[in-house]
Formats: sequence, structure tokens, C-alpha cells
Amino acid sequence: MTSNSTAYKAPTAPGTDGPPLRPLRRRRPASPAGRPGRTPWLYLLPALVLLGGLLVYPIYQLGLISFLEYTQAQVSGGEPATFQGFGNYATLFRDSQFWQVLLATVVFAAACVLATLFTGCALAVLLTRVRAVPRLALMMAALGAWATPAITGSTVWVFLFDADFGPVNRVLGLGDFSWTYGRYSAFALVLLEVLWCSFPFVMVTVYAGIRAIPAEVLEAAALDGASQWRIWRSVMAPMLRPILVVVTIQSVIWDFKVFTQIYVMTGGGGIAGQNLVLNVYAYQKAFASSQYSLGSAIGVVMLVILLAVTLVYLRLMRRQGEEL
Amino acid sequence: MKLSARIAAPAVALVLAGLTATACGAPQTSDTGAKKDEKTGTLRVWLFQEVGNKPKEKVVDAAVAGFRKTHEDAKVEIEYIPVETRAQRVKAAFNDPKSAPDLIEYGNTDTAGYVKDGGLADVSAEFAAWDDAEDTDPTAKESVTVDGKVYGAPLFVGVRALYYRTDVFADLGIKAPKSQAELISTAKKIHKEKPDLYGLAVGGAYTYGAMPFIWANGGELADGSGSAYKAAINSDKARKGIEAYTSLFGDTNCPAAKCAAMGGNATVTAFAAGKAAMAVGGDFSHTAVEAGTVRGKYAVVPLPGLAEGSVAPAFAGGNNIGVLRSTGHRTLAVDLMKALTGKETQAKMFDAMGFLPTYTDVRADAAKREPFVAPFVTTLGSGTKFVPASPAWGQIDSSLILPTMFQEIVSGRKDVAKASDDAAKKMDAAFADAG
Repeated sequence: MTSNSTAYKAPTAPGTDGPPLRPLRRRRPASPAGRPGRTPWLYLLPALVLLGGLLVYPIYQLGLISFLEYTQAQVSGGEPATFQGFGNYATLFRDSQFWQVLLATVVFAAACVLATLFTGCALAVLLTRVRAVPRLALMMAALGAWATPAITGSTVWVFLFDADFGPVNRVLGLGDFSWTYGRYSAFALVLLEVLWCSFPFVMVTVYAGIRAIPAEVLEAAALDGASQWRIWRSVMAPMLRPILVVVTIQSVIWDFKVFTQIYVMTGGGGIAGQNLVLNVYAYQKAFASSQYSLGSAIGVVMLVILLAVTLVYLRLMRRQGEEL
Repeated sequence: MKLSARIAAPAVALVLAGLTATACGAPQTSDTGAKKDEKTGTLRVWLFQEVGNKPKEKVVDAAVAGFRKTHEDAKVEIEYIPVETRAQRVKAAFNDPKSAPDLIEYGNTDTAGYVKDGGLADVSAEFAAWDDAEDTDPTAKESVTVDGKVYGAPLFVGVRALYYRTDVFADLGIKAPKSQAELISTAKKIHKEKPDLYGLAVGGAYTYGAMPFIWANGGELADGSGSAYKAAINSDKARKGIEAYTSLFGDTNCPAAKCAAMGGNATVTAFAAGKAAMAVGGDFSHTAVEAGTVRGKYAVVPLPGLAEGSVAPAFAGGNNIGVLRSTGHRTLAVDLMKALTGKETQAKMFDAMGFLPTYTDVRADAAKREPFVAPFVTTLGSGTKFVPASPAWGQIDSSLILPTMFQEIVSGRKDVAKASDDAAKKMDAAFADAG
């Protein structure tokens, strides 16, 4: 497919305005490719307008505000907004708390992504191995978790792990152990909740992918005596690579941007801000403290990091010979 | 190569956009000042929605009816807004004068910030010429004043005092503490005898409950006035207060694992639910405590200061009513503000809601009618303190600088000296930003 289309395009590419390179009877199918300048753009126009309005413009504003002195006084017209250059970024990068929060965010997001992918893939494989009734039960449970709004899920989890009234401590015999007091136990609790509400997406997507793998391939592997792990590693995973790439990128983006769970479960960032992640930190700066410009600068930094991670990841995948 | 070019192009574009853009590119309300002063029309008012709001509505309706008698051409629309989301609502009102009300109720710690935001109208002249205002107590007046100008009228004041369980105290044969040292030793004694109870419920995020400890030791949050504040939270005296307050966290009174995260409401709730023998609560907490299991088993005394029999300076909280700078009915709005915050309305508001009046004479009458408020009136009478009247305070408060400091100490991350130095640094940065 890929090689076909490149071979087909190659001769027509240089001749944007020149005489057709092909005999006249090939003219009709060749015409859209013969003038690559306009027609595709015409079709893309509605989508581009929408994307431009809904995506590019806000990002432009975000970038712009991050270069201004922009607090509540500027928004309500009490003072003029002044241009700060990279002043906000300098303030941010000098703030030692920012680096701590950035590190915590990266580690926390990485742990969430790994846990989500592992759980999601393992349960997807499990789904293919069990009978209809347990499969339905697992599916329903996962979809229920998926459909639960993050704020509801977080509130329920906090209650479940409450030091005084929570059933979890009672069942585990932990007494009045406070999960949210220690830094790591609080992050662990939030990680469990994030895992709970984001593994279903991975599971369902990967399960759909596995079902699309021809049965005879798997059967052949099984007949050759491959273990379940070996089948996954050597047959399923390579065939599922495009899907895995998508769910990984999605998970990275989601888990890097986690907000609700931290905000609700640790009361806005935990004891003395020990559980802050970038998104909550940006919110505290931008909205709680009305330092919109500093909040925007954090937003831009997050955007750049996520773009970089995504591009590098795609690059790596492409280098391994996979066309996405 | 191709890839880096693809990243570089938008990045350069973004930087260029930032560099070449003028400030008017960012959304901004250009001028929110009023252009006219109409004598007819509809006045819109935002008041806070209280827990159990009906009695408040009745008092407000009566005040509005009185106002309409003398201003027949004016209509009044009252809207009760939730306290939790007030910050966003008020910010939005400042940003969009078209949808903004003419008057708002606001917490008195927000005054300086709202003035800096350009949201409130200067009513100094009208306030000075108003008969009722003569009896306004000085702290209440300070809470509507920024740089010598008055930006509203006080509606009520709130102070905190010490709630304690009479049954527990009788059981252990002890009396209400008379000094700060005795308060701390009593709290620890109770927790030792009755491990199920916090001696004194304290919270790492309960800034206004912790302040009296700092003030009683002669410390201040910040020194200075106007735009030139400097943090004083790391002074020796303030540190003594911080030490006294944080000594109440731990297994001898209020375990840090539970109490570090608590705020004011959580400590009052713990007391109301019978989990604490003492708590620092406001006159406004009365209803909540009455609704709890400790009803009829508690009493209130002023929070003791350092010396035996003295009262720790309390934070003078409370709400004000102000006129928005963007109003198109300034004269009418100021008259309505007077009607809503006048002596008559405040007296009725006290009977309906228990909010302490800001006029010294009205307050004295109120204390006669309702003995419960006596300790709070005593506290007010023995001198109260206010947060720095700087626009930076809103930011210091909402960025949790002081709760962070207390939590760092009680969780053992930093000692008092280091934590208070760090907090002072952050406060100074906020003051500098606002200056």
C-alpha cells in the first residue's frame, strides 16, 4: 500500500503547472494529484477552520499571556498589561518548587502509564481466554469504572480509604492509618484511582485489536507450543503495535495532565503541597492566586513537554519500520 | 532534520507572536468605570448564600422594602450566590461590567485585592457624611479602608473564641484555661485522660485559628502599611506563637496524620461531633455546634492570651457590602448600601442570623438580648487584629503560604525557623508583586 502510492505520486510531483506527464486517458484520475496545491486544502478547509478556531487560537492566547504581566488587575482593566519577555519563564525556572513538581509529575505519570498499560493489556488477554459470562462481567465492571466521572470516582475512593470511616482500613486492619498524610501513600492512592478509571480504555482498545488478529495465526503459535507470554510478545504485541502506540500516547497525555484526582483526593495538592502535579500547580498559580501569566507559562511548558514526548515516541516507532 | 524543522517553525512563530504582539492582544476589559448615574432602573445585588438562608432573606427583604419607600422608581433584584464560588463570580463581574451587579457582599479580607482589581467604588465622602457610620467600630472601618479611602460599609464582624465541653471538664475536675500555657497543658491532659478526644482540635490549614497564638506572643504577619508591607512571620515573637500552636499537633493532643490537613470547618465539625474537648470557633459556628451531638454540653470563653486572664487578639473577620465601580446607578446604589448595612438592619440581622453588628452600640444591645455572644463581644472589646490591608493578602491566602508553613512544621519536614523563613520569603514576593 505504502510503496504503491509513493510510486504512483513520484512522476507527477514535479509537474505542478507543466504539461501532463501521462497520456491523456490517465488525465482524470491523475488530476487531483497533479495539482496538489489546492484541491486537498479545499477539502481540509472546514476542518482547518474549526481546528484553527478551537485549538490554535487558544494556544496562541496561552502563549501570548505567558509573555505578559497578566493578573486580575490587568484582566479587569485596573492596570495595563505589560510585556515581560521571558520574565514569567525566568520566574518559573528559578522557582525550586516548580522543578520538584515537574519531577513528581514525570515520575507519577510514568508510573501511571506503565501500570495502566500493563493492567489494560493483561486484562485484554484475559478477556480473550475466558467464557462469555465472566467476560461480560469484566466488561461491565470496566465500562462502569470508565463511565464514572473523575470527580465522583475520586470522592468515593477518598471515602473508601478514609482514616476514620473507610471500609478499606477496617478490612485490612490498618486502624486509623491516614493514606493522604504521607507523600508516597497519597500518590499511591491517587495512582490506584487513576489506574482504575483509565485501564478500561486500554483494555477495550487492545481487546478489539486482539480480536482482529486472524485466529489461525494465534492457533499456529499455540500449536507450535508457544506459551501465553510468548504468544503475546512475539505475535500479538507486534501485530498490535499501531494500537499500542495510540494507547501509550493517549495514556501519557492523560496521566501527565491528571488534575481532578489529585485536586479532590489530596485536597488541592496534599499536606504542604507534597502531592502537587503540574496541572494542579498551574491551577493554583493561575486561578487561586490570579497569576494568569505564570499559569500560562506552566501551560506552555506542559504543552512543549507533551509535544516533545509524543514526537520522540512517534519517531522511535517509525525508525523501527512501522508506518503509522 | 525534517522533524526539528517542523518543531522549530511553530516555536519560532510563537515567540515572534509574543515579541511582536502588543498588550491589547490579550483579552482585557478596557474601562470598567461608570459613565452615568441614573436615578431610576433596576439595582442588582449579590449577597452570600448562608447555611440556612431564609432568615437572612427576610431581613434583606425588609431593608429593601424600606429603601423602596423612599426610592419608588428603583427596583431591586437580590441574588444569593454560593460562598465557595464567589471568587470566580466576582472576578467575572469585574471583567464584564454588563453582567455585573451594582452591589456585592464580600469577605473583608478581599477588600484590598478587589480595590486593586479596580472593582469597587470609592465611597469615602458618602461614608463620612453618614450618621450611622459614627458608631462603626475601628476594626470594622479598617476592613473597608484601603490607603485612607473607604470602599464599602461593614455588614457584620465575626471573631473566634474557645468552645469547650462542660461535661468533659466537670468529669476531669478542671476549669476553663486562663492562659495560653494552661490552654496547651489542659489540652494535653484531656487527651491523656480521654485518648478518644482531641484535647484542642487544631488544623494545619486553619490560618485564622492559628493567628491568635502568633498575635498573643506579640508577633505579626507583616509590618508596614499601604504598598510597603514586609513579612514578619519569621520574627522571634511570631516564631514563639508558631511554636505554641504547632506544639498542639502530635500524639499528645491532635495527631498530625489527621490534624495537619484540617481547616477551620473540620475542627469545628470535630468539636460538634463530640470528637474534641475544645476548639477555636467563631460566633458564626454557633449554629453548626448546636446542630451537633454536643448541644447543651458546651460553653464559650475568650481564647486566653499569654498573661493569666488576658485575651488573645482575635482575627476580626466579617463581611462588607460595596458598590461596584461599574454601576450605572451610583447614587441609588450607595443609598441601598446604607439601607442594607444600617443600624436597624444589622440589629435585625443579628436576631435572625447571629451575625455580630459592626456598630458598638448596636452590638452592646445585642449582647444583652443574647448572652451567648458575650464572650465574642468581650473578645472584640479587648482588641482585634486584621490581616495586612494589602492586595497581596488574597494571593497569600489562596496560595496557602501559611497552611503550608504549619503543615511543614507539624509533619516534621522543616523546623519552625526554616519554615517561617520560607513563608516570609514567599509573602515578601507576593507583597512585591502587588506593590
